[in-house]
Amino acid sequence: MTEQNQALESYEAQAKALVAKLAPALAAPRQAAFERFSRGGIPATRLESWKYTNLARALRSTEFRTLEEVGVLAGPDLLPAPLAEGAQRIVFVNGRFRRDLSAADLPDGVRIDSLQDLATSRPSEIEEIFGEGLEEPLFDLNTVLAEDGAVLSFEPGTIHDRPIEILWLSGLTQTPASFHPRLAIRLGAGAAGTVVERCHGLGDQSYFANAAGTISLAPAARLNHLRLNADSAGAIQTNTILVRLSREATYNGFLLNLGAALSRQEIHAWLEGEQAECRLNGAYLLSGAQHGDVTTRIEHRAPSTISRETFKGALDDRARAVFQGKIVVDPDAQKADGRMLNKTLLLSDKAEIDSKPELEIYADDVQCAHGATAGEIDNEALFYLRSRGIAEPKARAILVESFLADALDGFAVEALRPALDACLAEWLAARGTDEGTTK
Amino acid sequence: MLEIKNLHAEVEGKPILKGIDLSIAPGEVHAIMGPNGSGKSTLSYVLAGREGYEVTAGQVTFQGKNLLDMEPEERAGEGVFLALQYPVEIPGVPNTTFLKEAVNSIRKYRGESEVDAMQFLKLMRAKLKELGMSDEYLKRAVNVGFSGGEKKRNEMLQMAMLEPSLAVLDETDSGLDIDALKAVAEGVNAMCAPERSMLVITHYQRLLDHIVPDHVHIMVGGRIVRSGGPELAHELERKGYAEFVGKAA
Repeated sequence: MTEQNQALESYEAQAKALVAKLAPALAAPRQAAFERFSRGGIPATRLESWKYTNLARALRSTEFRTLEEVGVLAGPDLLPAPLAEGAQRIVFVNGRFRRDLSAADLPDGVRIDSLQDLATSRPSEIEEIFGEGLEEPLFDLNTVLAEDGAVLSFEPGTIHDRPIEILWLSGLTQTPASFHPRLAIRLGAGAAGTVVERCHGLGDQSYFANAAGTISLAPAARLNHLRLNADSAGAIQTNTILVRLSREATYNGFLLNLGAALSRQEIHAWLEGEQAECRLNGAYLLSGAQHGDVTTRIEHRAPSTISRETFKGALDDRARAVFQGKIVVDPDAQKADGRMLNKTLLLSDKAEIDSKPELEIYADDVQCAHGATAGEIDNEALFYLRSRGIAEPKARAILVESFLADALDGFAVEALRPALDACLAEWLAARGTDEGTTK
Repeated sequence: MLEIKNLHAEVEGKPILKGIDLSIAPGEVHAIMGPNGSGKSTLSYVLAGREGYEVTAGQVTFQGKNLLDMEPEERAGEGVFLALQYPVEIPGVPNTTFLKEAVNSIRKYRGESEVDAMQFLKLMRAKLKELGMSDEYLKRAVNVGFSGGEKKRNEMLQMAMLEPSLAVLDETDSGLDIDALKAVAEGVNAMCAPERSMLVITHYQRLLDHIVPDHVHIMVGGRIVRSGGPELAHELERKGYAEFVGKAA
């Protein structure tokens, strides 16, 4: 308990320093979030929704300090190539905006601001963004400690389908650091856009990146949103997102989870207007001793809302994945149509998946379904490929690709598919080499 | 080309093949006929190297090399092709991707340069035309949503692309109507060549009306109980397997 108190005191001190430094307008939301957070602190496994992911233990085992306290190394000298050709890109290093590395030439109607800039230029907007979050411990912690982040706004009717990439680079510190980047994406009525968030680890220093974000879609807005997690092997990465959809809005999200020692992606989607549609797909590819948690909660709050969710994963070595998916249908959300599927391929007998799909339905005229499976590579299919001359590691790779295909197909954003396929191929190629030595 | 001597094999500890002797010369078409459970499919899997089929005695030599020492992909590289009774569906993998991977894997095994996408497509279109198949096969996922006949035609397409020295056809006629059967048989006949041998495994004589074998073997209880010319298939059609089953017991 003393340990917990110490952590809380340190968070409180950090928060006070931030309020003085950045946007005094945020004092009230930060204070409210801190009060909520301090009741439970870092979530423990005795909480039902944290049963399978022991974040508290992971955070105890390493001392993470603020960026002010650790030595930040120079760099990076070299940025990874943009995911999609011609993508506009803004870059953050350890959660802080780097204007010198960013290049975004945006059309009228689309704005990107850093949180820092917005705090001085339009403080009322930042206050609004901070007021609309989730009351979840890690979201609250982010609200308490967020120093910088990205705010994307699309004016009503603005259609801009060229991908905008937000590159979250992390690492390059003397000792392990913690930071809390914030994201807000807001689309006006009828606006459409494509946003790629890419988390990329630099070097092998550990860090704790606790991201949070809000995405709000006005009536008939459409957003494609890819999040690609490729954090450093020693990192702890958490990300809590709230997506709010108005009437006829469409959110099309894809989450590719590859990196970090321990990660938790928590996505809440509220379908608040009639005929809003949420398509949430993803894949997790984990190996070694990685732990990757995907927790989703889709709430149908209005009639005739649609949700489609497919998460698929492949786990090698001693990797462990958690999938907790919940669909909630409110009493007045008649004719809601929700489907959720989670399938995992275990490539090693030491890999583990904890899958918990749930439905909570309070309306009577709805269509909802969920399913979950876990299995191994089909030996018959493996033999079939090998009998055609394809060597075993390649045959296995083809079958993993085949297994993941429908989750990837569900995202259906042509401009980003080559990048997703390349990530997948890279992961599979690494498996191929292991396969050759152990099999 | 293929020499099988005193081959014994078991599945999950149960003996299935109990001493098979068979010799196939280049260019020959052999048929193995037998009732259900006689070990026909086991023989085809043992030749292709499927896991779970354990050889307990005997030898198989293919073009002078010990076939039983090789992995399935090495056997394919050496020129063995097995057309499966039940071709496997592989969702999400287009037929072209699968075939290109197979063709290039085998070329690589043989020390040949890989073919590029353009060359490959040209080759594949030519083979499709020969087999009277539409280009639609290229885009579809491997065997997914294919009818029984389409799956077997797809096996013939793979055979045509891989150009094996020995093709083993395991009950290729099962589940086919007469038109599909004819089409598949035409595909096989088109592949017949002086340097290519075929081993046709079937329960029924009807396939052998379309693919005429040089030699027919009757397999019962894990052994070849009688060998002869094409007339043996007709004799079997008249008398049924009962006589041979009795002999084996």
